[in-house]
Amino acid sequence: MSALRSVIDFAIGDAQAEKAVPPTGFTVRLTVFSAAAMAFLVVFALALSLAAGRLADRWSDELARSATVRISAPVEQMAAQTEAALNVLRTTEGVESARALTLEEQRELLAPWFGPELPLDALPLPQMIEVIETASGFDGDGLRLRLAGEVPGAVLDNHARWRGPLVSAASSLRLLGWVSIILIAFATGAMITLAANAALAANAQVIAVMRLVGARDSYIAQAFMRRFTLRALAGAAAGTVFGALALLLLPSASEEGGFLTGLGLQGAHWLLLILIPILAAVVAFLATRLAAHNTLRSLT
Amino acid sequence: MAHSYSGGELFNEVSLRLAPGSFHFLTGPSGSGKTTFLKLCYGALVPSSGVVRIFDDDVRQMSRDDIALARRRVGVVHQDCQFLDHLSLQENLALPLTVSGHEALDDYANLKELMGWVGLTSRADALPPELSGGERQRAALARALIMSPDVILADEPTGNVDWEMSQRLLTLLIELNRMGKTIMIATHDLGLIRAAKNHVQARVLRISERRLQLAGADL
Repeated sequence: MSALRSVIDFAIGDAQAEKAVPPTGFTVRLTVFSAAAMAFLVVFALALSLAAGRLADRWSDELARSATVRISAPVEQMAAQTEAALNVLRTTEGVESARALTLEEQRELLAPWFGPELPLDALPLPQMIEVIETASGFDGDGLRLRLAGEVPGAVLDNHARWRGPLVSAASSLRLLGWVSIILIAFATGAMITLAANAALAANAQVIAVMRLVGARDSYIAQAFMRRFTLRALAGAAAGTVFGALALLLLPSASEEGGFLTGLGLQGAHWLLLILIPILAAVVAFLATRLAAHNTLRSLT
Repeated sequence: MAHSYSGGELFNEVSLRLAPGSFHFLTGPSGSGKTTFLKLCYGALVPSSGVVRIFDDDVRQMSRDDIALARRRVGVVHQDCQFLDHLSLQENLALPLTVSGHEALDDYANLKELMGWVGLTSRADALPPELSGGERQRAALARALIMSPDVILADEPTGNVDWEMSQRLLTLLIELNRMGKTIMIATHDLGLIRAAKNHVQARVLRISERRLQLAGADL
């Protein structure tokens, strides 16, 4: 309760202390603008990070639960080998379902590379079988041995070869988003420290008079800290609102657009935006506190 | 104590105790270190060697908060009468009350009374740049007194005022001394010192050749 009381007291402020420190000129605009710009960037870094996280989870989940059996065999043996492979799969523990893809589905898979008019009949294509695993999954090595014994032309691909790099790339992207947010927080702190130092230097005479009449450092620092904290809060709130509006204007997620169209926030993640102005205010509070106490220590 | 600055040694083996209720004048040629000496007395400077005690506390051992609290018991009248130019005279005079958290109505009643005592009631809403030299000096004295300090240190309090006003300020300071306040006035105005000695038992100290000496009968 005492911490909450302190926050409320800080927000209300001391009108007399506020009045003693004159308006700090250009540092007002500098603080508000930099907090707004940084908050705007944080919205995008956050959206990027969360979208990359969703993508990593989805790829990891979807690809982990599916596998493919590819059957390469002479045309006259293709149907028999396909049926044999399906039989093996139906009796394999950990396989939820298995089905051979139709010609139409195989055409759709190849269309992005060869175009929609692909003459499948004229090409020696392998038969693809889609395998969906149960939650516990199957024994890949055991299944490979069984397929090798019963269906010589079958090759099992559980996607491990390319699933790993994809999930790793998405995870790196997520990490990059968070690192960006941390860097932006530090840059905001640095800018506010510079602005606070400028304001303190411009008010050296005011500080000297306040010290002369018995003001404690904490009393003087409080006036500056409150001023910069509230400015950063206001600037970051504006930047966050603009960032959120910009996210709303982005195209919504679609299969055709791929990853780039899924950059917006989803569901409860929108609530995270409320934290941005609060974090900006905390950064400003700490940066101004450090700058004020360092400056005051150098004065008599 | 001794004190040096980048230009060289200012004081060497200076020793002084301000007894409660005493009245001191500090004199010496321009640049002899009167202002520096006063700053050492209220903790704005720390001596190069030796000890300065404010109300029995060694200034070197005092935290910045301790020094701030001690300054509430020491009224300082600066040569250049530092004020906050964006605040009215009344707000400037109330500044020591404000920073120390005194918000009782009695304190502000005292403020009105004090403004009347130094003859500035009609200038309550004026900004410091609008005040004359004499008004600024009286305002600085009033601000130094608002916390009812035990000690008053005044640096050339009559430097910017005419003879009549300087006599009026001196009378105020003598009155305060009679009320039990410890007073130290740094001045090069020997006429002021002579005038004061007719009314108060004052010690006159002179800074000469980096030492503090008791001035002779010529004063």
